[in-house]
Amino acid sequence: MAALEEEFTLSAVPLGAGPDGLLGVEQCDKTDQFLITDGGRTVILYKVSDQKPLGSWSVKQGQVITCPAVCNFQTGEYIVVHDSKVLRLWTNEDVNLDKVFKATLSAEVYRIHSIPGTEPLVLFKEGAVRGLEALLAEPQQKIETVISDEEVIKWTKFFMVFRHPALIFITEKHGNYFAYVQKFNSSVLSKYTLLLGQEENFVIQSFTASLDRKFISLLSLSSDGCIYETLIPIHPSDPEKNQQPRVVRSLLLKTVVSGNARNALSVLDQDHVAVLGPPLPASKECLSIWNTKFQTLQVSKELPQGTSGQLWYYGEHLFMLHGKILTVIPYKCEMSSLAGALGKLKHGQDSGTQTMPHFVNWETSQGYGLESKNSEPSKRILRRRTIEPSVQPEVPASQQLLSIIKKDSEKHIEIELRKFLATKRTPDFHTVIGDIAIGLLERCKTEPSFYPRNSLMQLIQMHVLSYSLCPGLMEVALEKTDIQMLQLCLQQFPDIPEAVTCACLKMFLSIGDDNLQEIDVNMESVSDYSDAVQDEKMEEQMGILQNGFNPEEDNCDNCDKELSKKPQKTVEETTSCPVIPKRAALLNAVLHSAYSESFLLPHLKDIPAQHITLFLQYLYFLYLKCNENATMTLPGIHPPTLNQIMDWICLLLDANFTVLVMIPEAKSLLLSLYKFVKSQICICSELNKIEVSFRELKKLNQEKNNRELYSIEVLELF
Amino acid sequence: MLVDRQYMGVSKRKCIIWGVAFLSDGTVISVDSAGKVQFWDSATGTLVKTHLVANADVQSIAVSDQEDSFVVGTAEGTVFHFQLVSVTSNSSEKQWVRTKPFQHHTHDVRTVAHSPTALISGGTDTHLVIRPLMEKVEVKNYDAALRKITFPHRRLISCSKKRQLLLFQFSHHLDLWRLGSTVATGKHGDTLPLSKDADHLLQLKTKGPENIICSCVSPCGSWIAYSTASRFFLRRLNYEHDNLSLHRVSKMPACLRSAVQIMFSEDSTKLFVASNQGSLHILRLLEGSFKHLHTFQAQSGTVESMCLLAVSPDGNWLAASGTSAGVHVYSVKRLKLHCTVPAYNFPVTALAIAPKTNNLVIAHSDQQIFEYSIPDKQYTEWSRAIQKQGFHHHWLQRDTPITHIGFHPKRPAHILLHDAYMFCIIDKSLPLPNDKTLLYNPLPPTNESDVIRRRTAHAFKISKKYKPLLFMDLLDEGTLVAVERPLDDIIAQLPPPIKKKKFGT
Repeated sequence: MAALEEEFTLSAVPLGAGPDGLLGVEQCDKTDQFLITDGGRTVILYKVSDQKPLGSWSVKQGQVITCPAVCNFQTGEYIVVHDSKVLRLWTNEDVNLDKVFKATLSAEVYRIHSIPGTEPLVLFKEGAVRGLEALLAEPQQKIETVISDEEVIKWTKFFMVFRHPALIFITEKHGNYFAYVQKFNSSVLSKYTLLLGQEENFVIQSFTASLDRKFISLLSLSSDGCIYETLIPIHPSDPEKNQQPRVVRSLLLKTVVSGNARNALSVLDQDHVAVLGPPLPASKECLSIWNTKFQTLQVSKELPQGTSGQLWYYGEHLFMLHGKILTVIPYKCEMSSLAGALGKLKHGQDSGTQTMPHFVNWETSQGYGLESKNSEPSKRILRRRTIEPSVQPEVPASQQLLSIIKKDSEKHIEIELRKFLATKRTPDFHTVIGDIAIGLLERCKTEPSFYPRNSLMQLIQMHVLSYSLCPGLMEVALEKTDIQMLQLCLQQFPDIPEAVTCACLKMFLSIGDDNLQEIDVNMESVSDYSDAVQDEKMEEQMGILQNGFNPEEDNCDNCDKELSKKPQKTVEETTSCPVIPKRAALLNAVLHSAYSESFLLPHLKDIPAQHITLFLQYLYFLYLKCNENATMTLPGIHPPTLNQIMDWICLLLDANFTVLVMIPEAKSLLLSLYKFVKSQICICSELNKIEVSFRELKKLNQEKNNRELYSIEVLELF
Repeated sequence: MLVDRQYMGVSKRKCIIWGVAFLSDGTVISVDSAGKVQFWDSATGTLVKTHLVANADVQSIAVSDQEDSFVVGTAEGTVFHFQLVSVTSNSSEKQWVRTKPFQHHTHDVRTVAHSPTALISGGTDTHLVIRPLMEKVEVKNYDAALRKITFPHRRLISCSKKRQLLLFQFSHHLDLWRLGSTVATGKHGDTLPLSKDADHLLQLKTKGPENIICSCVSPCGSWIAYSTASRFFLRRLNYEHDNLSLHRVSKMPACLRSAVQIMFSEDSTKLFVASNQGSLHILRLLEGSFKHLHTFQAQSGTVESMCLLAVSPDGNWLAASGTSAGVHVYSVKRLKLHCTVPAYNFPVTALAIAPKTNNLVIAHSDQQIFEYSIPDKQYTEWSRAIQKQGFHHHWLQRDTPITHIGFHPKRPAHILLHDAYMFCIIDKSLPLPNDKTLLYNPLPPTNESDVIRRRTAHAFKISKKYKPLLFMDLLDEGTLVAVERPLDDIIAQLPPPIKKKKFGT
């Protein structure tokens, strides 16, 4: 798990850093010592653990250091270049830079690179590279030009690849980027064109690179705030070929920083990168550690005084200018696990650090998730070979749509959405749909007049939305009293909270009949209640007989005489549906929705008593309908099941029992329910009696079959 | 090495070591009544590791030949497999790890065995379970399946046809029953009223702890012979009207120490005893006494005892089979080896010699059946025919071996045989079934025409009416006697299993 430790500053006095910050921070041959070159004339040697300078050297007034000082690990000397062409070499004993060894070169130096295990390298601005020893032997030697006119070196890094040094440098020319890889064992210089993908108009703000066996993994931070990865082969596959190989970069992390500031990037290890920059356009700058494998933010530290947009990383220390002060933040990364990564992510949210530009959905490939799927090396190679600019993920289409949603008219959005939905589905289709729905809803919230009903309906009908994917949708529909949309949501969403279900129920019960008539409601579940009422009277008699039990004939002693006198009347009452078919359809949608009793009960108490009575009457009516046939089902395409009806009756009674007992309108309903329960109990007790008889019969039958200890039987054998 | 005799800390009961295993590397493994499997270093006498595998006794242990795996059985009916595995992959350091638990028993697992490819456990619940080690099984065939064996693959019941007696062999006693009779007749499927009930004539208890290995009642019903692991017993029964008296025949010859199989000749004048040393003894029985006639010594180089005997109804031939070697046929008249049936890879499970033809019918554990003509010293035509065509695949897939073969005195083409779940009459005159025909051919409906009946008929007439079937034989031409042993009855007699907490009850 990556962690940033307590920061400390290296010098209390501000460095003479220019507007561009420091020139560089470089390692020394002794551990814990670093050479800091400021933007002007000074080189300081720091011992980091002691937080104190060990030495300081300056060039003469009028001279300017143009390249960060480095340490020659083979000799222990320090090397610096001033005025682009003058090389100075000195040691710890030297005091005055003016008096030390000096060599004037014939071309301008871009950088001197030095890493342990090999001699320092000098990279000239024209792209040529020389070893230091060879250069010192003949300082005025001719330096060839490698890169073209107007091509400018942007960034460079020196590696050891299998004990052979290799240098990579990136150049820029008219917004195009090129990568050069110079290997010194074979003196081969390979040039690659960096294809930026679709966002050509963004400039690259920072580069960092790491070695990954056969590839140099080049990470670049673009001004759109995203980190891209480019894999550059160390061993070019076909060096003879004249055609310039091209490498594509792929999205690694999406919008880690706001693009408009000076941002910096440094790769820490295989899976971690450090990013310096403000996470949101308005916020203060932050140092964030991201896990690129899991795409999670690991840790983040706010730097309120601003930075120079430079970041160096050596060993366990991250160096940056915080304000004017050079700050060192020790960084530690232990083995990380997915759970750990997630845990930290959560923690970051809780502690309120504003470092959460984006939430990563693990299950679904959202945006960059899709990209990261493609980041397996094999696929990358494939892509590099067959570079087709047309091969583009679907993400832009959805993003386009999202931007359209933000500003265009409802009509236009609808047309664009239809176009988008007509395209082929990508694996992340449902998240994209969710994003679009959220986009629409966000605009609904900000613009009260905006209600893209048709678009939303279209999205719901894609069968991929759920409540949790677009949490505000039903609330908006409730606000707008959009009955049709609510019905659709109830039918489609598997995860509606009980409170929302209840709010829907409340609305369905309270809305006036004449209002309902105007609304177009899906009547599938109630298709033939009303027209079948007349015919069903006969069937009902049959049905009761079929069930083998007639409540009129029941010999239950304590059955209320008064009730049994007028069963025909109750039947009359209940065979006519207490609600109009449209309302019935809406209530059926509620009946179908999933719920958990304990969460639903408290909300049911809020419904007015007369509505509860109405709903109960309707449920009772459905129950009677169920009883009419032997299979205990309702007619229609997707009717409520008997269990749903019974559960809802019980729930309503549980939630509102005292109220229902008090109000007179509910009395006859409660009485008939009571009678029904009673008749059911009678049936059960009768069935129990039958069961006992059957068991006895079975026992008798078994005894007959059971062979005794000894018996003689007649067998006819073949 | 001193085992912690504290029994789970609280109880007063002392911990008992039920089993130990000593490995060649000096490790001692002990299993005890406290549910522990403990590893000891025999050089230092120190406890290396303890596995608590059960809340009840761990009663048995068996180690594989390679000593890289062992198995323990607990009183809870669980069998645990332990394996010596590397601590990390490709490290040479290894440790014993409890790998697989198996729960195939309801009661104590009293004994376990570890074959190269399977774990075998036997318990108080009367089951013998063979659990193949799937990683050792190369071919996924019938042998790779879990096998549960409930009944011994041996004949435990003998029958006196003449007096209609059945002798039941139990581990410590013998029961002699006289069959009941009826005067009524009926049609197929009727149960007839008994005119005379079955009589329990006699119970013969053995003294001492030894189990009865084998027993036999003579066809005339006047002799009972049985043997324990160390002694051979012969009893003479006298019937006077309804009274039965039992006499002990004493002074058994010294050579008759212990028998693995006993057989009387059809006329009850000769007794054939297969000793556990591999020899066969022939005794002549007279009124109340006997005379040792001859001993066929074991084949040179083998000490394998003959566990199956068959004698021809005419008394001339004696066939004997061991567990692996072929079947030997001796001439009783000339007292010498007549021939040896060509060896077959699978052990013999039942043997019988047909009357008149003196054809020897042999059933093997792989469900193959051979018919061998003793006079001709060769397989019969029918046997060759069925070997050529092959048995029906359903026949070969049966789970239990044939344990008894019988013949009908009047129908020489019929062979009666049975295993634990079916009995079969093979009619050699009918065509053999091939894999396309239905093997279990229930009785064809009588209303079908003769043509159809004949077309669907094949040589194997199988009935699954009685199961589990322990014994079935022909008493006379029209009477079969079958002995069923319902598993429920056995389970009902078992002691209650150790109670385990389930779901907080």
